[in-house]
This record gives sequence, C-alpha cells and structure tokens, in this order.
Amino acid sequence: MVLLTAPATYADLVAARTQMALSLGWHIVLACLGVGMPAITLIAQWRGHRTGDPAYRMLARRWARAMGVLFAVGAVSGTILSFEMGLLWPGLMGVYGQVIGLPFAMEGIAFFIEAIFLGIYLYAWDRLPPVKHMLTGIPVLVAGVASAFFVVTANAWMQQPTGFDVAHGKVVAVDPWAAMFNPSTPPQTTHMILAAFMVAGFGIAGVYAVGMLRGRTDRYHRLGFLVPFTVAAVVTPAQLVVGDWAARFVADHQPIKLAAMEGLFRTGRGVPLSVGGIAVNGELRGAIEIPYGLSLLAHGKPNAEVIGLDHVPPSDWPPVNIVHPAFDLMVGMGLALLLLSVWLGWTWWRRRDLPRSRWFLRAASLGGVAAVVALETGWTVTEVGRQPWVVYGILRTADAVNPAPGLVWGCVLVFVVYVVLTIATVYVLRRLSRDSPAPAAPQEHDVAGYPVA
Amino acid sequence: MPLVDVILAFVWVGLTAYVLFAGADFGAGGWDLLAGGAERGREQRGLIEHSIGPVWEANHVWLIFVLVMLWTGVPSVFAAVFSTLYIPLTLAALGIIARGSAFAFRKVSTRLWQRRLFGATFAFSSVVTPFFLGTVAGAIASGRVPAGIARGNLVTSWLNPTSVVTGALAVGVGAYLAAVYLTRDAERAGLPELAESFRRRGLVTGVVVGLVAAVGLVVLHADAPRLFTELTSGRALPFLILSVAAGLASLVLLWLRVFLAVRITAAAAVVGLLWGWGVGQYPRLLPGVTARQAAATDAVLAATIGAVAVGALLLVPSLWWLYATFQRGQQETATETTQESA
Repeated sequence: MVLLTAPATYADLVAARTQMALSLGWHIVLACLGVGMPAITLIAQWRGHRTGDPAYRMLARRWARAMGVLFAVGAVSGTILSFEMGLLWPGLMGVYGQVIGLPFAMEGIAFFIEAIFLGIYLYAWDRLPPVKHMLTGIPVLVAGVASAFFVVTANAWMQQPTGFDVAHGKVVAVDPWAAMFNPSTPPQTTHMILAAFMVAGFGIAGVYAVGMLRGRTDRYHRLGFLVPFTVAAVVTPAQLVVGDWAARFVADHQPIKLAAMEGLFRTGRGVPLSVGGIAVNGELRGAIEIPYGLSLLAHGKPNAEVIGLDHVPPSDWPPVNIVHPAFDLMVGMGLALLLLSVWLGWTWWRRRDLPRSRWFLRAASLGGVAAVVALETGWTVTEVGRQPWVVYGILRTADAVNPAPGLVWGCVLVFVVYVVLTIATVYVLRRLSRDSPAPAAPQEHDVAGYPVA
Repeated sequence: MPLVDVILAFVWVGLTAYVLFAGADFGAGGWDLLAGGAERGREQRGLIEHSIGPVWEANHVWLIFVLVMLWTGVPSVFAAVFSTLYIPLTLAALGIIARGSAFAFRKVSTRLWQRRLFGATFAFSSVVTPFFLGTVAGAIASGRVPAGIARGNLVTSWLNPTSVVTGALAVGVGAYLAAVYLTRDAERAGLPELAESFRRRGLVTGVVVGLVAAVGLVVLHADAPRLFTELTSGRALPFLILSVAAGLASLVLLWLRVFLAVRITAAAAVVGLLWGWGVGQYPRLLPGVTARQAAATDAVLAATIGAVAVGALLLVPSLWWLYATFQRGQQETATETTQESA
C-alpha cells in the first residue's frame, strides 16, 4: 500500500473532480432517459390501447424493455453518486449535508416509488388488465419528474446557498425549506426537466430516423420516430424561453459565472455578445461579436452594464476556456434542435407528413446526439461555471475534497468500470433493438408477429 | 426522545430492510454461480431471476435511503466514515454497479456466452459488495473510524479482525437468507427438487453462518471489548439471544421443511445481530462522538422526519403491492423467463 502513504496532492483534487464529472456526466444521460422515457412509452401504449394499432403496442413494449435496462444502469450509477458525495466531498457533506438533506430524502422516496412501480410496470405487463397496467406507469412518470426536481434543488442550492447561518465554523439556524426552495430552484429545475424530455425524445426518435434512412419506412418505424420526436419538438421552444430565463437569473445572481459563460473579462456597458473565440491572457480572441447583444440578453437594455471577470480576483475565476465554449455549444445545439422541430411542425401543418427531404432524416438521426451534447455542455456550464466554489461564494471545492491520498487510483478504477459499463450497455441495447420480433406480453398475442425487421 | 434518535431508527430500519431484502438478492448471486452448467442450472437461475427480477431495484433503494438519512441526520459522522473508509466503500460501490447492470443485462440477453458472462459478474459482485460493506460495519463497530475527515488509517481501519469477520458474516448472511427465501419460492413454483436443494444449502450455510457469528463474538472480545460487553451482558443481550434462538429455530424449521415460517425466523436471526450491534453501540457513533453531538439541527431533523413520514404513506402500500403482485401466482410465468437458449 505504498500508493497510499503519499499525502494528498493537487492531482488528487483533479482526480476527485474528474471522477465526479465522469460519474455525473454518465448518470445524467441515464437519468434524463429515466425521466423522459416513461411519458413517451405511456403515450405509445395509450394510443395502442385506444386504436388497437399493433405498431404502437409493439413500440410501447420495446421501449419498456429498453427502459428496464436503462433504469437499472441509471439506478446503480446514481447510487455511486451518493457514495461519491461522501467519498470525494466529505468537506462539503460533513458540514452542509444537513442543509441539503431534505431534498435528497424526498428524492430518495420518489426514487423508491419509481423503482417499485417500474418493477410492477415492467414485470406485471401480463398479470394486470391493460388499463390497470397502464396506470401503474403513471407513478413511474410522476416520480421520475419529482426525483429530477428534488435532486436539482440540491444543485441549485450549491449555486444559491440560502437557508442557514454559519457561526464559529458550524452551521446553525438551518431552514431546510429555504435551502431547498432557493432562488435558483425554479429556473434550474425547469430547465433540467425539459432537457430530460428533449434528450429522451430526440434520442429515441434518432434511432428510428436511422432505421428510416436505411429504408425501413413502415408504420412501425414512422410512429417510432413521430411519437418521441413530437414530444421533444413540443418541449424545445419552451426550453428556449426557460433557457433565457435561466441565463438572466445567472446574470443577476452569479455575474462571474455569466462573465465566464460569455468570455467577458471587462465590466462595461453596451456589451456585445461574443460567440466562439478563445481566452488568451485575459481577453477573448477570435470571437464573433454581436453589438449590444449581451447587454440586451442579460438585462434587456442595449446599454445595460454587464459585470466582467475583472470584478473579482483571478483566483475566483471559473475556467473560461471550458465554460464559454460549452455555453456556446449548448445554445447552438438547442437552436439546431429548434430548427429541426420547426421543420417537422411546418410540413406536418401543411400536409400531415414528414418532410420529404432525406436531409431531414439525416439531421434527425443526429438529434439525439445533439440533445446529449447540449445536456452535457449545459451541465458543464452549471458546474464548472461555479468553480472555484463548490458552494457558491462560501466553500471552495479544494476545501471540500477528501484529503486522503490515493484518490487518483479510485478515479482510474472508476474510469475503467464506466468504459466497460458503456460498452456493455450499448451492446445490450443494440441487441435488444434487433430482437425480431421482440417478445410480446401474453395479452398482446396479436403484436408478437408484427414485422419489425 | 431526541429527534436524532428517530433518524437513527430510520437508518437502522433501512439497514435492516437492505440486509434482509437486498442482502438476499446478493446471496442469490452466489447460488446463481453455483447452479451448475447452462443446462443443469437453467431451472435454478430461472427461479432466481424470477424471484428477484421485479424487486431488486426497490430492495436496492434502501441503501440510498440509509446514506441520505446519515448525511442529513449526522453529517459529520457520514463524512468521517466515508473519507476514512473510502477504499472498501469504493469497492462496494463498484460491486453495486456490476451487479445491478449485469443482472439487468442478463435478463435481456439471449446468447449463452453473454448470460454466462453477466451471470459471473452478478455472482462476483454478490461477494464483493456484501464483504466490503461488512468490513465497513466492522470498522465502525470496532471504533476504528475517528471523528474528523480522513483521520483514520486508510487500510487497517477496515482490514482488521473485526472487519474481516463482519465482511464474511455479511456474505454468509446473504447466502443464507437467499437459500431460505428461494426454498419457499421453489416450492410455490412447483419445483420440489429445487426446494430440496436450497433446503440442503440453507442448512449448511446456516450452520456456517452460525459458526462465523460465534467466531465473531470471540474476535469482538479481543478487538472490540466494549461492544462485546454490551452484547453479552448489557442492553444488547436480548438481541443476541433473539438471534441465537431464531437461528437455531430456523435450522429446525428448515430440517422439517416448514419453508414459510423459516423465512421469519431466519430474518429474525439477522435482525437480532444488526439491532444488537446498533443497541450495543448506541449512543456512541464514533469514538468520542455521541449521536446528539453529531446531530443536525432540529429544524432539519424535524423536516426530514416529516418528509419520511409522508413518504411512508405512499411507500408502504406501494411496497406491499409490489411484493403481493409477485409473490402470487408465479407458476404461470415461471417458464417465460427461464429460456436460456444459445
């Protein structure tokens, strides 16, 4: 155990942050599918029940099976996160664990309900009458959205820590409700939940878009594309509005984070919006500038003052070259997905059909990837933009980390495990999508032979 | 009663549920491995999949509940335990990933080599996770986790006589509970031969676990004398007696093939051990740290207790429905999931 005798180093902090980023970045995709898929599956199941259309019923059955796998992987990767809260960040949890405990307790209960009803929903397909069975999917949906809400309130608190006082190095006068319903909670939770529906919707639709590009344009594939895509397309414009709200909130409450998101080094009035570019020696180079753009977007007036990074010492700056491109990428992906949604909406309104251009399907087949990129970059903006603080303005990340030596090795181990897990998950899902025909439930004999190849 | 005691009671209820339910799921992983070749073991693996498939995720959530209650109710203790014991806890966590995903993957895999691979992963982690979680329990019970962040020895805190015995005990308890539960499941599924083989395994494991527990007491005597005294002559003695009596009764009931009642006594034997530990250690959570010293503020504790109480109103009927749905009428679908074709 020579490895463990050296004292903890800066590398250990980097390792802890990498491990957390890896685990959370991995889990967040699964979590989004877990929040979004039940709704999409239930819509298909309900349509199948109403119309008797075997294509809908087959889709519901398929998606449910995939959901079972994804939920399992999401559940275990989520558990790892709760371990890591203590393994990696005891300095945070030891002091503030109680402040954010309440939403986590509620999240735990919501997750419990989700796991229970998912067990019933997946395994009792053949044991309950169809409508009753469908109803058992509702708690899965509600609890999924609720868990996302609760867990994001805890993250929102890290951005806007309220509901406690510190006296003599101890946390006192904790108001857990005020901590949970902190100012950042409404924009952040809404933004995240909509993102989940976008990831699930565009993600599943993308799979069927690929199928259609390969010539499988039967009703099954068209519906497999349309149902999730419609859900995502409805959510996307709303996400644009909510995203703007979230950004204005950051402008008002976390101006340094906004400055990092926009690569703004100097405080000023009438500030342009900078797209792209790279920060070198305290200035942003090579960006496309839209005059007055940032002042308008952040504060609604062309000459409004926007605070730059010069407002605080450089030791308090988030890494601009991560946060700024991440933000641009997120916005870019969001706009591209909006365009895609409008495209479908337009042709559907005109002639009740998909766009005829194959380019639409090509773009749509990348929609899931785009949504995931937007998700990951958006999360990067949220979390890296908060640095060097773990609790904004109160506790530095470096002071929260586990000082025990050897965290680097834990990180390596976790990395290997996640690589294997990713390969296995993708492999199993691909196999699952090729089972042809997928095993149907006993109550669904008529769909068992439905041609899906 | 101080509010923190209510939270600790929640923790212990959660821990008990985790050991009784998820512990048995883990134990099933070992039996799954030992079931024999693909053909010979098919029936047995089918039964295991059928028994724990719908419930394992719900069973697993108890652990998350325990963690959340700990960091909410006694945050500094949570931080001390997780920072000092990060090695066994990381290993346990990796086992949790491997087990959950492998089990779910196997459920939807149709090829033999995949089912073998995922099955082996399931079995491997079924040993790893309980063992390391057990060593964590041993570390706390023997007072090797000091207050403060990462103050304990990173290796000897969990690699010591008490930890090794509790780790072994955790693995054994899981295997024993699984054998006992599966006996009844096999009987109800109309698989008498399988019930018989689980009965034999239950008897053997029961004896082994009993012996390990006895060795554990000897080890405690030398390694954690305070807890030993509480268990053998203090407040925790009734739990020890309960455990021993229920354990012996379980062996008799298993022998007599009373498969339903033995579930209760086997569970009681485990509950006796767990609560004996808890009561024996209370109110000292870590050396020099009592529950009250470590407690979160009353506002937090009260709000959390309220949230759990409201949650329980939703949870208890849901859980009941889950178990009721899948404990009834297994026969008609037992064949559906047992296809292990190449």
